[in-house]
Amino acid sequence: MTLLNLSGLTKAYPGVVANDDISFAVGKGEIHALLGENGAGKSTLVKTIYGLVKPDAGAMSLNGAPFTPQNPREARSAGIAMVFQHFSLFDALSVAENIALGMENPPSPRDLSAQITSVSNDYGLPLSPDSIVGDLSAGERQRVEIIRCLLQNPKLLIMDEPTSVLTPGEVETLFGTLRKLADEGTSILYISHKLDEIRALCHHATILRLGKVVGTCNPRETTSSAMAEMMVGFALSTPKKASDSTGETVLELRGLSAPAPHRFGTALRDISMTVSAGQVYGIGGVAGNGQDELVAALSGETKTKGDMVCLSGQPIGTLPPNARRAAGLCAAPEERNGHAAAPDMSLTENALMTGNTRMDLSKNGFLNWHKARDFAAQIIEKFDVRTPSTETAARALSGGNLQKFVVGREIMQNPKVLIVNQPTWGVDAAAAASIRQALLDLADQGSAVVVISQDLDEILEIADSFAALNEGRLSAPVPTQGLTMEKIGLMLGGATEQEAAHA
Amino acid sequence: MDINPILILAALMVASTPILLAAIGELVVERAGVLNLGVEGMMIVGAVCGFIAGHNSGSMFMGFTGAALAGAAVSLIFAVLTQYLLTNQVATGLGLTMFGLGLSSLIGQSAVGTTDLSLPKLPIPLLSDIPFIGPILFQHDAIVYLSIGIVAGVWYFLSRTRAGLILRAVGENHGAAHALGYHVRLVRVGAIVFGGACAGLAGAYISLVRVPQWIDGITAGAGWIALAIVVFASWKPWRLIAGAYLFGGVTVLQLNLQADGTLALLDLIIIVVAALTIGYAIYRAIKTARFDVRDNIVPLSIIGIAALYALLRLLGMETIPVEYLSMLPYLATIAVLVGLRSGGAAASLGKTFHPSS
Amino acid sequence: MLKLEKRPQPSKFWTYAAPLLAVVITIVLGMGLFAFLGNDPILSIKTIFWDPVFGEFAYMDRPEVIKKAAPLILIAIGLSFGFRAGIWNIGAEGQYIIGAICGAGVALAFYPTEARWLIFPLMIIAGLLGGLLWALIPAILRVYFKTNEILVSLMLVYVAEVLIKAFSIGLLRNPDGFGMPGSRNLRQYASAANNEVIAGTGMHWGAITAVFAVIVAYILFTRHQFGFNVRLAGQSPRAAGFAGVNANRLVMRCLLLSGALAGVAGMFEVSGPAGQIMGSFPSFYGFTAIIVAFLGRLHPIGILLAGLLMALTYIGGETAELTLNLPSAAILTFQGMLLFSLLAVDVLTNYRFKFAGAEVR
Repeated sequence: MTLLNLSGLTKAYPGVVANDDISFAVGKGEIHALLGENGAGKSTLVKTIYGLVKPDAGAMSLNGAPFTPQNPREARSAGIAMVFQHFSLFDALSVAENIALGMENPPSPRDLSAQITSVSNDYGLPLSPDSIVGDLSAGERQRVEIIRCLLQNPKLLIMDEPTSVLTPGEVETLFGTLRKLADEGTSILYISHKLDEIRALCHHATILRLGKVVGTCNPRETTSSAMAEMMVGFALSTPKKASDSTGETVLELRGLSAPAPHRFGTALRDISMTVSAGQVYGIGGVAGNGQDELVAALSGETKTKGDMVCLSGQPIGTLPPNARRAAGLCAAPEERNGHAAAPDMSLTENALMTGNTRMDLSKNGFLNWHKARDFAAQIIEKFDVRTPSTETAARALSGGNLQKFVVGREIMQNPKVLIVNQPTWGVDAAAAASIRQALLDLADQGSAVVVISQDLDEILEIADSFAALNEGRLSAPVPTQGLTMEKIGLMLGGATEQEAAHA
Repeated sequence: MDINPILILAALMVASTPILLAAIGELVVERAGVLNLGVEGMMIVGAVCGFIAGHNSGSMFMGFTGAALAGAAVSLIFAVLTQYLLTNQVATGLGLTMFGLGLSSLIGQSAVGTTDLSLPKLPIPLLSDIPFIGPILFQHDAIVYLSIGIVAGVWYFLSRTRAGLILRAVGENHGAAHALGYHVRLVRVGAIVFGGACAGLAGAYISLVRVPQWIDGITAGAGWIALAIVVFASWKPWRLIAGAYLFGGVTVLQLNLQADGTLALLDLIIIVVAALTIGYAIYRAIKTARFDVRDNIVPLSIIGIAALYALLRLLGMETIPVEYLSMLPYLATIAVLVGLRSGGAAASLGKTFHPSS
Repeated sequence: MLKLEKRPQPSKFWTYAAPLLAVVITIVLGMGLFAFLGNDPILSIKTIFWDPVFGEFAYMDRPEVIKKAAPLILIAIGLSFGFRAGIWNIGAEGQYIIGAICGAGVALAFYPTEARWLIFPLMIIAGLLGGLLWALIPAILRVYFKTNEILVSLMLVYVAEVLIKAFSIGLLRNPDGFGMPGSRNLRQYASAANNEVIAGTGMHWGAITAVFAVIVAYILFTRHQFGFNVRLAGQSPRAAGFAGVNANRLVMRCLLLSGALAGVAGMFEVSGPAGQIMGSFPSFYGFTAIIVAFLGRLHPIGILLAGLLMALTYIGGETAELTLNLPSAAILTFQGMLLFSLLAVDVLTNYRFKFAGAEVR
């Protein structure tokens, strides 16, 4: 029994065809995977189904009847519900208010609260209706979105990269909920690029590449590598590190604590760690557990007590960012647009932004634009950044290219310590592989690299040690060799290293 | 001169009404995530149009209706520019103020003279007979009641209705509201026009009731004070009343001092304020078991100013030059802005929204 | 339906063409306004824009345009730093007034001593410090108490207006003035007068300082770290923090810089064209300079041209008031429309218009 049928959907934007003649069908009670890289056109496709984007050509039908939603409201009333990748939640509003906003005809506040409590308990996703959403963890925020969908008894539930913000334990809970829903007859369109999850959960998979359907398969009978090749278009090499030798300690944190920077931020609590030259130190954790705050405390955007952060034995906790760069510590924050780079400025100006100190791009405050342009050109060449010129605005670059530029900019400065937060978030597989290799090469040259990532596979792939960041606390590190997902799950759940080891 | 506290407090409510009206409109605008700095401009256009409409038709009702329509019409310029042509809200708001000042002066060239219209007092039966409170609270004209009614209505709308929830959601995160299918721009345009109409009413209250005549630049910064009061009230409707009456109080006080000539009233007020401030500072120091100068800068400066005043009085100061007294409302605005550090602004306040981004 | 679509890159063409288009739109709208007021629209526009520069009496008007433009440019240059960084000093008018009071105060304290080499430089310093201190208030409040600088700087304009009124009938009143309000006329005090450096051109010391400020600002914006930091902080505050820009220090510097320039402008005005401290001294320059700053797209050269254009509308407007009976408020309205159309056409730099549905392939 087919629920939703898509035929020949096409949507073009200036310079790119986001969806090109896409056809497939989702059956009733089926968990259907939509698999593809960033930029493959998954988001555009689901926005079309959800009424946010109108296709240039093609048609959809729902339960056999033509389906042309003009806006999300019409889509919702036809039984389509969606859990967004970047949550569409309102921090300052309560759970119940957030849920009411996503419903067509919400019941009275009191009835709604009762419904939220009962549905959330039924599906094993407990939630308190009166909590303010901004105070919730990423996993809980996702629950709000899911409950918001479930209260409307959807026929089709769209989930866009739902596990990127969850711990392994939370992923299991979510899968349980989704299976239960499918058994009750709800169809689920599950969007992801994580192959293991799709193999564990989904009945069918449609694979997109560059806006086109390039294949379909039954994920339970297809190997991950076969799906990966369909998704990427070629076989990828895994990054390799040449040597495992590490040198003396370069970066040391001693009881680093810092208050939450804003109302919905996370306080850092007594973080201690040591990183040696040549080491790749991986920090895993679900978003919102203090990653941004930790990077800020290391880069110098947040100042702490001097000896809380030491570089080669020197206290640097009170120094501003440029003094830390001069001392050899560089960083690449998570958000490319507007934090690691200024989107409206040219690549030359963005190169100058952090390269000024170490690359000697100014004298007495007067800027040397020639040198800055050369520096930008070097980054572009060495890291294969696809751009018309060094004068192109950063916002014109694709996510992967800009990320290569940002990480490349810091690597080119040959720092003693490099901090990177989510180095490959939202980046296509080829760019991700080259960024990871570049980080390993830097460590091979004797720099210490701290990789903060939600992508546990990434950490297992490139890091020597793993520590978990949870509610602003950092666990003791364990070697990544022989580390299992179960153990990582326990560490991320907040258990101490001993408990995890005994589990 | 005899100072009658009942008259002063009743005058205070009248003096506060324009600020309250303008502020409640702006509060809704800001809760929708838009910062309109053109309140002063919309107010003064409302003032001149209200005056002319009232004067020519001979009806107060027509005057206020005309003012609200005029305020809404100029606010529409702001709405189109910021919401559809994506201009910077700060710059556009400033432009609106300048444009409004020029336009009002242009329109008002022929509208010189006073009006003999008057707004009848509407004592509320029974309540107005309560001694002391009755004459202060319940013997006012319709617009004073209306202003409080609008505050109550806005409170109900924002906290109890779905439309209010949507407006808050749009102000909080316009991207998410758009993703859920709400019309961010329409909601905002609606809020801006409501703000314009309220500012227009506020202006007309000045030109038709308070003064009552048309003079160039008649609003004299009341629109800006209304903006400050929105911040003071932490974007909460009921607190707006406290803020507006505080400023009305300062204005009335200043007028009385100017008329009075002696400093007896000021002495009394400064003693009370200083005592309250010292008490508050001590209470906080005991409660938190420590005293930090940085945290107590506001109480300390109030006490400092009081001490300076006391010194001047002891040295024989008998009067304050009248001309300096008119600074009081503006200085009070600054003091209140400084004393307040609580948040509560809509998270998207002042940010430009475009559906593609 | 028309739709806006974001350009991947800001358009170079529209960066320069937009202000010109805005002027054209405003002239068309202005002609409508003047026609509505019962004036001949073409003649009004000619009187305002053409005659002061090329007309019969242009030799008298041209120096006046320069004198009017000088304070506007000086203040707008100062404001442009803050505006680019997202720091909104709206109270330049207040800083301008206080600068004038301080500059004149120094001169009057020395009166009648003749020592131009000492007094005039001291007046410049006093004007500069006066404006700077007046701007220091919102700066400190913003940095230490996170108080909104827009509202504080604006409230201080009203305070400054009260002060200058009070001083003109109190502290600084001309003792030989037969009780009339207003200070001594500084133009008649050789040591304090801001004369034309080249006679007949309108190039007084304030105009020279304004040109100098334009050049320095140009260098700062294009070649210096400070200008870069200002632009970075304005476009992406978080990125600026990451790049090592100290946000508080930037707020301080931008506000103090704009305050100092506004103060100097006030001092040059009171010792030159205005001549004396009076209740009517405040002339809205501090606000008009905001339009000038935006009309010049916050770019030093643009501000120079915009300042001259705006001064032209003042001088032409005065002529139009005399010869055509065009009300002076019409010019203020006209200036407001100029700012609106400028802001509106700015959208073309970063967006382009598209007909929805035209994108089908």
